[in-house]
Amino acid sequence: MSPSERPALPEALRAEFTELVRHYPERQAALIPALHRCQEELGGWLTPETLEACAEFFGLEPVEVFGVASFYPMFHLRPVGRHVVGVCHNISCALRGAEDILRETCRVTGSKPGGVSADGRFSVVRLECQGACTAAPMLVLDGAFHENLATADVARVLGGAR
Amino acid sequence: MSTEPTKITSPTKTALPPKITSPLKREIYLLSRVGLRDSHTLPVYKAHGGYAALEQVLTGGFTPAQVIQIVKDSGLRGRGGAGFSTGLKWSFMPDPAKDPRPRYLAVNADESEPGTCKDRVLMEQDPHGLVEGILLACFAMRVKTAYVYVRGEYRLSHERVAAAVAEARAAGLVGAKILGTDFACDIWMHKGAGAYICGEETGLMESLEGKRGHPRPKPPFPAGAGLWRQPTTVNNVETLANVPFVITRGADWFKSLGTPKSPGNVLIGISGHVERPGVYELPLGISARTVLEECAGGVWKGRKLKAWIPGGSSTGLLPAAKIDVAMDHDSIREAGSMLGTGAMIMLDETACTVRAMQVIARFYEHESCGQCSQCREGTEWLHQIFARIERGQGRMEDIELLSSLANGMAPAKTICALADAAAIPTHAIVKNFRAELEEHVRLGRCPLDVERHAAELTDLVPEGAHA
Ligand SMILES: Cc1cc2nc3c(=O)[nH]c(=O)nc-3n(C[C@H](O)[C@H](O)[C@H](O)COP(=O)(O)O)c2cc1C
Ligand code: SF4
Ligand code: FES
Repeated sequence: MSPSERPALPEALRAEFTELVRHYPERQAALIPALHRCQEELGGWLTPETLEACAEFFGLEPVEVFGVASFYPMFHLRPVGRHVVGVCHNISCALRGAEDILRETCRVTGSKPGGVSADGRFSVVRLECQGACTAAPMLVLDGAFHENLATADVARVLGGAR
Repeated sequence: MSTEPTKITSPTKTALPPKITSPLKREIYLLSRVGLRDSHTLPVYKAHGGYAALEQVLTGGFTPAQVIQIVKDSGLRGRGGAGFSTGLKWSFMPDPAKDPRPRYLAVNADESEPGTCKDRVLMEQDPHGLVEGILLACFAMRVKTAYVYVRGEYRLSHERVAAAVAEARAAGLVGAKILGTDFACDIWMHKGAGAYICGEETGLMESLEGKRGHPRPKPPFPAGAGLWRQPTTVNNVETLANVPFVITRGADWFKSLGTPKSPGNVLIGISGHVERPGVYELPLGISARTVLEECAGGVWKGRKLKAWIPGGSSTGLLPAAKIDVAMDHDSIREAGSMLGTGAMIMLDETACTVRAMQVIARFYEHESCGQCSQCREGTEWLHQIFARIERGQGRMEDIELLSSLANGMAPAKTICALADAAAIPTHAIVKNFRAELEEHVRLGRCPLDVERHAAELTDLVPEGAHA
């Protein structure tokens, strides 16, 4: 199914969000958790259609939803590769070779930081501290932490992601 | 009481397990269950003293005021960074007889101060300890709804705490009629989406309401107008995890650990250039040298220590000569820095402090929410100046400029303390490592590890930059 044919907010997600809003006195509070679910279920990034459908569900203006989504680094507002690799470049990781991990990640994937590889397989991003500082350096592949990395580990870690 | 060293394998995919240990002979409690098989489950938690404090309070005829008094007497101070008295904070919540509005507890599990990864250990390995702490705090403040705001990247923490809440709910420990009493309390999980500023308590509340994480001016304070403008308390995960122990063992026991003004044990993370990075449970007031040498196995590769950060990236860099300072709020302040989140970051003799500050300043620039011009512009300038000094393009006047920029940003010149978090380490490097800044300017390059720094990809703009 192409993105344009896909219903922007499937019934299952609607039902989930209807349950979610019950946890809060005001509906909008469920917006960020809902955007997470949309990104997980609807192709890895938040399309304008998805944001509009969320706006409609939450009774907000689309521009408000866009304003919220664009504030948070975990939300992607542009297409991403099939897999997203993030490398922490903050202080504890930087002290233990984060830049080498990033360089190796770029070499293995063929993508620059902030870009997508030509084959569409990987997006590579720089990350701020992920709370894995005592297991530095680290990378995050599709949300899973890989810690205590040596440069030589990167190809193996990324090799599993087709 | 376990006094054995505990060592756990992180359940996340790791090449080598992060070491989470407590040294022999010192009393530990926060991590006492960590390392047990299935430590995150209700049966294991209960078999090791779990929910005894809740039962004691609910069936032992304690009043909410009594619980607050015990926590006040214990001297427990917040573990989120500011070190404010927990009992005192709880007592700011209005009397429900006079102010019947709904009230909330927001649990700060946003842990994103660089260097800090202690709350994650508690949530992944001992989530019921947090749940019990939340229930006790809610009882004391007469709160019926708590939200656990977990940073979005902490997938396993979120899963484990959510599962613990579900187990507790099924066992009659969360929800209505808890343990058959009239006490009712709901706990809801809430996932953040990766912005450091949402760890600041008012930024957290805005974010929880579904907005951008823009901190709010104070006053009004959260106890008067917090989440949805209702009375709210924000507490850190580790703070709450202390509470069940304070209740079952008492204020005097708690004060027997740590120092008179900073009682109890604290989770200290040590990262950077050490042999065994890890999260260790230690009494407040432990010497930083003990943490470095005994717990972390000393500086790695047989090198010497050059500089260290005592409590996360917003606390000032200290020279190696200060390594004998005691890890408690007052001693570290006297030494010219702050305890912060107890996240020690160690730099060996080959590290460049200017390079370290460049990384730290880049972080604050990236994370400034942009509401205050001093912070938005100041963090950008600081980053640029540190970067140009590091590249060898700085001028001697830049050093004065760093100080005057930092003076323009803090203290208390902006809506929240993120500006302070950038200004404080700036002052520290100018004071403690001025010679290294000057050497960069004089030589027109970084005196250390030139090739490596030149090869780094520092000029590429990170994706997801906001504000
Ligand atoms: C910029 C900034 C970021 C913060 N981030 C966190 C955080 O990630 N976790 C946390 O517990 N406290 C954080 N704090 C401190 C909180 O504002 C607040 O003081 C704390 O959660 C209160 O809990 P406690 O009294 O239990 O320590 C931050 C403060 C500032 C100014
Ligand atoms: S000090 Fe910085 S982060 Fe805090 S509110 Fe102002 S601009 Fe935002
Ligand atoms: S600095 Fe990289 S995980 Fe904390």
